[in-house]
Amino acid sequence: MSMIFGVPLAVLSGQLLIGVINGAFYALLSLGLAVIFGLLKIINFAHGAMYMLGAMATVILFDVLGVNYWVALFLAPLLVGVVGVIIEYFLLRRIAGQDHIYSLLLTFGIALLMQGVLTNIYGVSGMRYSMPDLFQGGMNLGFMFLPYYRAWVIVIALVVCFGTWFMIEKTKLGAYLRAGTEDAQLMQGFGINVPLLVSLTYGFGVMLAAFAGVLAAPIYSVTPVMGSHILITVFAVVVIGGMGSIGGAIITGILMGVIEGLTKTFYPPASSAVIFLVMVVVLMFRPAGLFGKEA
Amino acid sequence: MSQSFNPADIQKAILEQQKIEDRKKMMLNGVLVLLLVAAPFVMYPVFLMKILCFALFAVAFNLLFGFTGLLSFGHAAFLATGGYTTGYLLSNFSGLTTEMGILAGTALATLLGLAFALLSIRRQGIYFAMVTLALAQLVFFFFVQSEFTGGEDGMHGIPRGHLFGLINLENNLNMYYFVLAVFLGCYLLVQRIVSSPYGQVLKSIKQNEPRAISLGYNVNRYKVLAFVISAALAGLAGSMKSVVFQLASLNDAHWHMSGEVILMTLVGGMGTLLGPVVGATFVVNVEYQLSQGALRDWVDPILGGIFILTVLAFRSGIVGEIQKFVKKNLG
Repeated sequence: MSMIFGVPLAVLSGQLLIGVINGAFYALLSLGLAVIFGLLKIINFAHGAMYMLGAMATVILFDVLGVNYWVALFLAPLLVGVVGVIIEYFLLRRIAGQDHIYSLLLTFGIALLMQGVLTNIYGVSGMRYSMPDLFQGGMNLGFMFLPYYRAWVIVIALVVCFGTWFMIEKTKLGAYLRAGTEDAQLMQGFGINVPLLVSLTYGFGVMLAAFAGVLAAPIYSVTPVMGSHILITVFAVVVIGGMGSIGGAIITGILMGVIEGLTKTFYPPASSAVIFLVMVVVLMFRPAGLFGKEA
Repeated sequence: MSQSFNPADIQKAILEQQKIEDRKKMMLNGVLVLLLVAAPFVMYPVFLMKILCFALFAVAFNLLFGFTGLLSFGHAAFLATGGYTTGYLLSNFSGLTTEMGILAGTALATLLGLAFALLSIRRQGIYFAMVTLALAQLVFFFFVQSEFTGGEDGMHGIPRGHLFGLINLENNLNMYYFVLAVFLGCYLLVQRIVSSPYGQVLKSIKQNEPRAISLGYNVNRYKVLAFVISAALAGLAGSMKSVVFQLASLNDAHWHMSGEVILMTLVGGMGTLLGPVVGATFVVNVEYQLSQGALRDWVDPILGGIFILTVLAFRSGIVGEIQKFVKKNLG
């Protein structure tokens, strides 16, 4: 078997694949965070909980109503998005315009509450969700085995990420959004319903997290605490990319997944810490992050 | 006779007023200290020590957040570093007296605080919080994977030993008065810091950093020093905690602990001296009472609810709200 730097090629490419998949999740989640932070200046500590909610909803919808994967892919994010809009309307709106720190503390409380309640109902042991039949198996690429589902996750995550980036940076709706957060009063004057826009933006950011949750349901263990584990890593990704930078979040997310995968191959003990290490190094040289603007 | 507006008189009146208020405060503090001294005869000393350790942790955090305006989301790292260091030293070197172990834990937490501060000081507000969070996460991973911490199981059976090689700390009452003395010392220290010219600069940084810069203060140096002092006190709290419970665990390093100390400070009243103490007492009690009753499994969601409620409705916390009430109705 061919070796690269003393590591079998199949092992290396396997870890790289896992890295790209994790990176796809990081990208989706940090993208949602970046949208919410960049446009609303809310630091959303409830983001991990929303991701968890998406995955839990997928499992529960299947168990209770027999809703299949494809319907869940639309329905679960939609439901979580509605939850997000409700949270924005009843809670976050009250602290709009105040120190960002309050949004962090408030969403942290919301996350604790949601995670705690679901833990009491469903316990912390992982729930099972079987893969749709279409994705059983995989193909042999010669140097590695690529499961179909994993390929699908990578492709769909990239499509959604790019679509979001395109919508915010290149379309008229995106322009409204960016303008509305720059100068809400002026936009109101043009007859645009800014509070509605803000609610929908939060809902959309949260939907991205829930969408990642649905994608995660067949491959990761679905538990009420799954969000709290990934959240801190995703925050590190956002800091590395530069907070509020949409493109930065996507690129950094995938990059960090790959770096993590490589570390797992060459020096496993450091794999869980490597992203935070990268963050420290990046901050020493570029305090605003790789793609962030210096404040 | 016309009324005189002699500035000297006005100044005198203000000073007089201040004296009366200071005296009131002194009396309040005196009563509180007496209560603390008498408390172990009414309540279980170990529980009281738990409150004191967390109160010290919250006081340390509040120096940074409440008075300087820097939200560190990584203070668990200092608590855990203090705890693990002291635990490791006291367990492995029997010649070491307890206070030496505690001092060593505090010293290491202080150094770590310096490293954190130098790395994070260039960022502000929310970015600062994120950086400290990630740094603390690095420390967490270090403790998870190190052999000496006992990983997920934690470090057990840390000996309490003898204070100065003389006073037996296995005795709960002796231990309690030692913890109380350290706590009061630190509380007074923070009080001194806050009311000193240095503390005034910290407050001015919190209010308006650009203004402090334009007044010619080297703001970053002040912030770094505040961070280091806060980290040192947090480390001391962790060191004492590991001696009191004879245990150091990963819980103390987890980012939830960083969140909890924020909650304590916020609930008690950030930016007030007594607030964090009241907040720590409140949160530790809520956790304890809930864990005894039927709501055992609902601690986390209830804490979450308290978080939401505090941010939305009682942002100045218990002490802050009382102060406001007193000012409005009795002042």
